Amino acid sequence: MRGGDGKRNNHDTDLGRPALETALAETWKTPSSLWGALATVDHKIIGRRYIVTAFVFLALGGILAVLMRLQLAQPEARLLGPDRYNQIFTMHGANMMFLFAVPVMEAMAVYLVPLMVGTRNIAFPRLNAFSYWIFLAGGALLWISFALDMGPDVGWFAYVPLSGPQFGSGKRADIWAQMITFTEVSALAVSVEIVVTIFKQRAPGMSLDRIPLFVWSMLITSFIIIMAMPAIMIASTSLILDRLVGTHFFNPAEGGDVLLWQHLFWFFGHPEVYIIFLPAVGMVSIMVATFARRPVFGYLALVMALIATGILAFGLWVHHMFVTGLPRLGESFFTASSMAIAIPAGIQIFCWLATLWDGKPVFKTPLLFVIGFIVTFVIGGLTGVMVASVPFDTQVHDTYFVVAHFHYVLIGGAVFPLVGAIYYWFPKMTGRMMSEDLGKWAFWLIFIGFNLTFFPMHILGLQGMPRRIYTYQPDMPWHGLNMFVSVSAVVLVAGFLVFFIDAIRSVRRGPPAGDNPWDAPTLEWATSSPPPSYNFARIPVVDGADPLWEQREILAVAAGLRTDRRELIITTVGAAKPEAREASPRNSIWPFWAALATSLMLIWSIFTPWAVVWGSIPVAITLIGWFWPKGTPEDEL
Amino acid sequence: MRGIAERMLPVLAPPLMLAGCTGWQSALDVHGASAINLKHLIILIVTVCSIVWALVMIALIAALWHHRDRRELAVSLDPRRERRMTITVAAAVAATVVIISVFTVLSFFTTRALSLAGNDDLTIKVRGLQWWWGVEYFGSAPDQRFETANEIHIPVGRNVRLQLEGIDVIHSFWAPSLAGKQDLVPGRPNELMIRAERAGTYRGQCAEFCGLQHAHMAFFVVAEEQPIFDEWVRLQRQNAATSSDAEVTAGQQVFLSKQCAACHAIRGTSASGTTGPDLTHIGSRKYIAAGLFETTRGSLAAWIADPQTLKPGNNMPMVPLNPEELRSISAYLASLK
Amino acid sequence: MRISLVFLSVAVATAGCQREERQLRLDPPVAAALDNIALMPNGISGAPPEAYFALDKPYESNAYNLNQGKRLYSWFGCKACHADGQGGIGPAFLDGWWNYGPEMVSVFASIRDGRPHGMPAFRDKMTTEQIWQLAGYVRTIGAYSAKTAAPSRNDAKHTRPSENRAPAALLFDQGPTPVHPDQGPTP
Repeated sequence: MRGGDGKRNNHDTDLGRPALETALAETWKTPSSLWGALATVDHKIIGRRYIVTAFVFLALGGILAVLMRLQLAQPEARLLGPDRYNQIFTMHGANMMFLFAVPVMEAMAVYLVPLMVGTRNIAFPRLNAFSYWIFLAGGALLWISFALDMGPDVGWFAYVPLSGPQFGSGKRADIWAQMITFTEVSALAVSVEIVVTIFKQRAPGMSLDRIPLFVWSMLITSFIIIMAMPAIMIASTSLILDRLVGTHFFNPAEGGDVLLWQHLFWFFGHPEVYIIFLPAVGMVSIMVATFARRPVFGYLALVMALIATGILAFGLWVHHMFVTGLPRLGESFFTASSMAIAIPAGIQIFCWLATLWDGKPVFKTPLLFVIGFIVTFVIGGLTGVMVASVPFDTQVHDTYFVVAHFHYVLIGGAVFPLVGAIYYWFPKMTGRMMSEDLGKWAFWLIFIGFNLTFFPMHILGLQGMPRRIYTYQPDMPWHGLNMFVSVSAVVLVAGFLVFFIDAIRSVRRGPPAGDNPWDAPTLEWATSSPPPSYNFARIPVVDGADPLWEQREILAVAAGLRTDRRELIITTVGAAKPEAREASPRNSIWPFWAALATSLMLIWSIFTPWAVVWGSIPVAITLIGWFWPKGTPEDEL
Repeated sequence: MRGIAERMLPVLAPPLMLAGCTGWQSALDVHGASAINLKHLIILIVTVCSIVWALVMIALIAALWHHRDRRELAVSLDPRRERRMTITVAAAVAATVVIISVFTVLSFFTTRALSLAGNDDLTIKVRGLQWWWGVEYFGSAPDQRFETANEIHIPVGRNVRLQLEGIDVIHSFWAPSLAGKQDLVPGRPNELMIRAERAGTYRGQCAEFCGLQHAHMAFFVVAEEQPIFDEWVRLQRQNAATSSDAEVTAGQQVFLSKQCAACHAIRGTSASGTTGPDLTHIGSRKYIAAGLFETTRGSLAAWIADPQTLKPGNNMPMVPLNPEELRSISAYLASLK
Repeated sequence: MRISLVFLSVAVATAGCQREERQLRLDPPVAAALDNIALMPNGISGAPPEAYFALDKPYESNAYNLNQGKRLYSWFGCKACHADGQGGIGPAFLDGWWNYGPEMVSVFASIRDGRPHGMPAFRDKMTTEQIWQLAGYVRTIGAYSAKTAAPSRNDAKHTRPSENRAPAALLFDQGPTPVHPDQGPTP
């Protein structure tokens, strides 16, 4: 395109800064209409949506937890009957694991990874939009079923034969199994995008040893998702087939095996907790560096620890099955591997402690949550070493000891860093700071409330209280501690309420944040808060692992991309040398329609197998619409 | 502020722990050979891990508050300090490796020690059903075989081999004062060896979620000296006690003519149902309905009158009985010692 | 458009609710009332009691009741004469023919009161609620169209299509004489 004087003006080298920003905003914008909201492929809009939706599910799951604690505060309480309680604890687990913990980590990655690697949008942006709608549909399926007294009541792990066709009456377990399909498709989609974004769309000069640690952790998490999700896909599909069509995967009388379910589920289920934990660990590395005012100690060790965790995570799953009657020698192997995974975790803790030691800590709210994480996660990790031991586990498996353990590692190990990360990145996402005062209140209430609620559960487990019981007898010695736990849960809830209130208030009324309020080193802080739709006016070029600290005055940039079409730079996998200019898709309504068609097909297939046949017709139509060449300038490349 | 919180926790923990150290269903109040071994391991590992946690906390506090004289932001790093820190971190990692290796080896040997074996073993078959436990004893001849429910008597000091069979869904046999748990998996016969070292009654509970009444699926292991155990076996082998009391006889009539006999068996009468627990000696069992109530005439009456309110969803239906029938049947069952 | 959507969702909601509801305890007066069926003098068909309709016909399309019925089928020895529906000493359910008519009341009466030529009376062996559950289940074996709530295959040997596949529709046996258009799976 050439201007009046014959000079072209559609490259970012042709335009001055103000004109450049206007042109890019026009090319990358999302219209502020309903169509724009449904059709956007901007990773920041989708990422924010994803984060908010996941936190809504957290709140809903928290309400379920409160109901459980109210019921368990007294022996033989009649607040909830067994059927309702069974639905509630199943929903609590399934909701927290599938609808909150994994999606929120993915969502943070969807928002942050493209900014941290210095590109304009995530890879496969339309797939990203599709992933959110599918996630929302799966969550809606689960919660609407629960509201209709159709919520699954077989535990979040749905062991057969209880969830099988004979003992799982009605459609409850099918709802669970199909919700898995929704969330696993959504997670797989995002993980594929993350891997490609990290490998191919990094800023020029960002070689592998200069990638921020959160990005590394998301890369490894994405590979874990890709390897682990198929196992549960097979498991849930086999369960649906057994229940709907009459196959015999899990029917011992006809050659199936009850333990097959457990193997398949836990082969996914154990890596699942690392899918939740590793992103949190990446967030901790970032925040520790910023608030210790020095680059994180032991970058190579931390990356190796992440990779080791990812690989080892696949060798632990039998530790969930220690009491099922498998050969004890084989089980002991899994003791060794389950304890071995403490080594990379330990490496990470020691490296962070070294960073703090050598740095100059700034005690802002994110650092408080990091400190809370270290205190709590180490407890959780140590109880993990305890339950990793086969004989120890024969006493504490399926008791409140395990409940305490996994809440320590999941809340301590994932939610604390997540909340700290929200305080940390909230200014970037919204342009406003959250309140430091409320942040300190939230931290102390959550920290104290959490420990008072969950520490006594270790004792309850050793005192003989099993899991998943809707009530207990008055003559058992558990009443006192259960009441204490239930009362302490109020403190924990209060802490989360303070956090939610702070976040909601600060969106509109927080003090404005600048580009880089924490003086942090990574690339997302090199653009405005919130970032413009095109992320960076010109793609940054880096020559170190902490670009904003090393190049304090002026940041080098790459130039030459077009401004009249959506373009970004593709670089090599290793050294991130620029390879090509890549067209990035425009807004499209087809991912929404495809998600709708897929949801329809999946929900219909709960009731009849023919849905897979007839329901795939709308899916095919929407996919054709999606992939049909648009005739936009990007298609010409 | 932080220091206070951290100082408080070790102070609070011991009283909390001591509060529940005793109990007949506790991994900390142990009287079985396996459970004693396990408790030693538990205490050892917990102690070592607590020390590790304390050391990490000391390191954390020191890292945050030790004196430092550096300026604000450190981008270029001092190689000597980096090297010193690398050595420290490496030493900590090495210590971790040593500790978990020790734990792994200890666990392996403890697992080995749990397989009690001997020629003197007593074999008992335990079946797990939704929401009660079927118990079957054998003898040298087929007519010495008898069944009971929810209560297992064993002789003190002898190895007992429990053959665990899951009938419907997965259950888990767990009497923490005696041994660790073992699942009852349909299609997969499992075994658990227990040995009580002291006479007493030990409570256990199903430890694998099995449906609506998982919470109320308890059982009792009564460990008795060998002579008392032998006497118990002899009595259990006998048919149901007969009585000349009018109310008891009337109760037996009610039992046999109503729906009871279709599901329950009482040896020595025509009742031979196999769906529900064997009631031949129900009066001598300490608890009914899988640990729900102590066995008394009143609790029997309450249970029969309305099982669905006391244990909602369990498989015993509410049999319509008028008050006299209820009185007499509870007298009859309580008399079956 | 919005109104019809609301109606549709309410319809779906109530259908879902009914199928999945677990009524664990029936009040004794209601249980007693459910025994008062009005049977025709020849013992074939009749009317269920009012309470049955007041409870919204809970034994026909409630998944929990049908599953309980399936357990009762194996617990009370029905297999001895009826096999898995294939019949033997007793009539088959899978051939789609009901000797006393396919209504719930007829099946209930058969189980409760027995029938000539060998069907024992179960009134003294099972409670009223259990007989209704069993009757509802037996009808799904001989169902011509699949119900969503019907149970699926057991964790046992599989000898015929599961109840949620409407086995009678698959295994309907015309018999030696052809079926009049007014009889059979699609009368």
